[in-house]
Amino acid sequence: MSRKAADYMNPYLAGALLGVVLTASFVVFGHGLGASGGVASLAGAAESALLPGHAEKNAYLVNLAVSPENPLDNWAVFEILGVVLGGLASGWLSGRVRVETFHGPRISARARWGFAFLGGAIAGFGVRLARGCTSSQALSGGAVLSAGSWAFMFAVFGGAYLLAYFVRRLWT
Amino acid sequence: MFPLNLDGLGHAGVNALYVVTGFFFGFMLEQAGFGNSRKLASQFYLSDMRVLKVMFTAIITAMLLLFGLEVLGLVRPGALYINPTHLWPGIVGGLIFGVGFVIGGYCPGTSLVSMATLKLDGAFFVLGLSAGMVVFGETLGWFQAFFDASGAMGEVTLPQALGLPAGVVVLLVVLMAVGMFFVAERLEARFGPREKEPC
Repeated sequence: MSRKAADYMNPYLAGALLGVVLTASFVVFGHGLGASGGVASLAGAAESALLPGHAEKNAYLVNLAVSPENPLDNWAVFEILGVVLGGLASGWLSGRVRVETFHGPRISARARWGFAFLGGAIAGFGVRLARGCTSSQALSGGAVLSAGSWAFMFAVFGGAYLLAYFVRRLWT
Repeated sequence: MFPLNLDGLGHAGVNALYVVTGFFFGFMLEQAGFGNSRKLASQFYLSDMRVLKVMFTAIITAMLLLFGLEVLGLVRPGALYINPTHLWPGIVGGLIFGVGFVIGGYCPGTSLVSMATLKLDGAFFVLGLSAGMVVFGETLGWFQAFFDASGAMGEVTLPQALGLPAGVVVLLVVLMAVGMFFVAERLEARFGPREKEPC
């Protein structure tokens, strides 16, 4: 990479623009943004492919799909396809597309991969239990003042701050 | 009147519109620095409060715009999706999710943009996320009643829960956010790096 990576955007400006995208989603579709639903559909499809006939019986994963015959024909899947393309375009414009691993100074890249997988798995379970993630619950439900979404949001920060001290070796 | 009637677009057209929406969503997440787990995790060590600033600015921006459209009568009543409240699964799931967030360094949307910019920790998080969701689906039978019914209150909003007019709650949320931004700036001044970190 010959170019130096650009600085990240001012967080208040980025937040305001993200809020405009969120508003546009409500105005156009009647609902907010989502990331976890699309991942769940893909995970369900992967499970079906690896264990034929199994995920079909897994009522919860099938319930996520708009069309039971084709769980990938689901708005959330198209939205995360866009998320990946948009993230790539932004990273490319800002000189940030390169193979690397973000990790704290006291752990190796390999250890970080393991913790990323572990944290992802814990988050994936929590997200399905809470029926949504930072996007579909906290941002979207937060903007329309859903009581449950606000409770979820404070629980997320609570869980993370409670554990942060004990896992500080991962990051600081 | 919003939301728009998309019938004329057809199934493929609507799906294309979701790709476009996701594009802008992913673009803003990456610009905000959310493709970087160290930036995200800094939130929990008080050295960079970017997560809180971006999230709450986004929420109050969308809340004010949507509230304004409703006051102007431009939104069909009841047409906007309000996440139904399942209080205890939401709180327990949120705590578990928060734990996964600080260990793994991402949330679902941010891990996707991290992976899209070729960050290997982001890709491992996405794999873990998928595995955790499959495990949830496989084990749901053990706690189905808790998931379905605990604290299930339907589409309840903060104004309803608090017994306050919507405009008052909107104002309180803005005041709370501004207060949190003020505290965040003070914390960064104290715990943040003296000079800008190279990213």
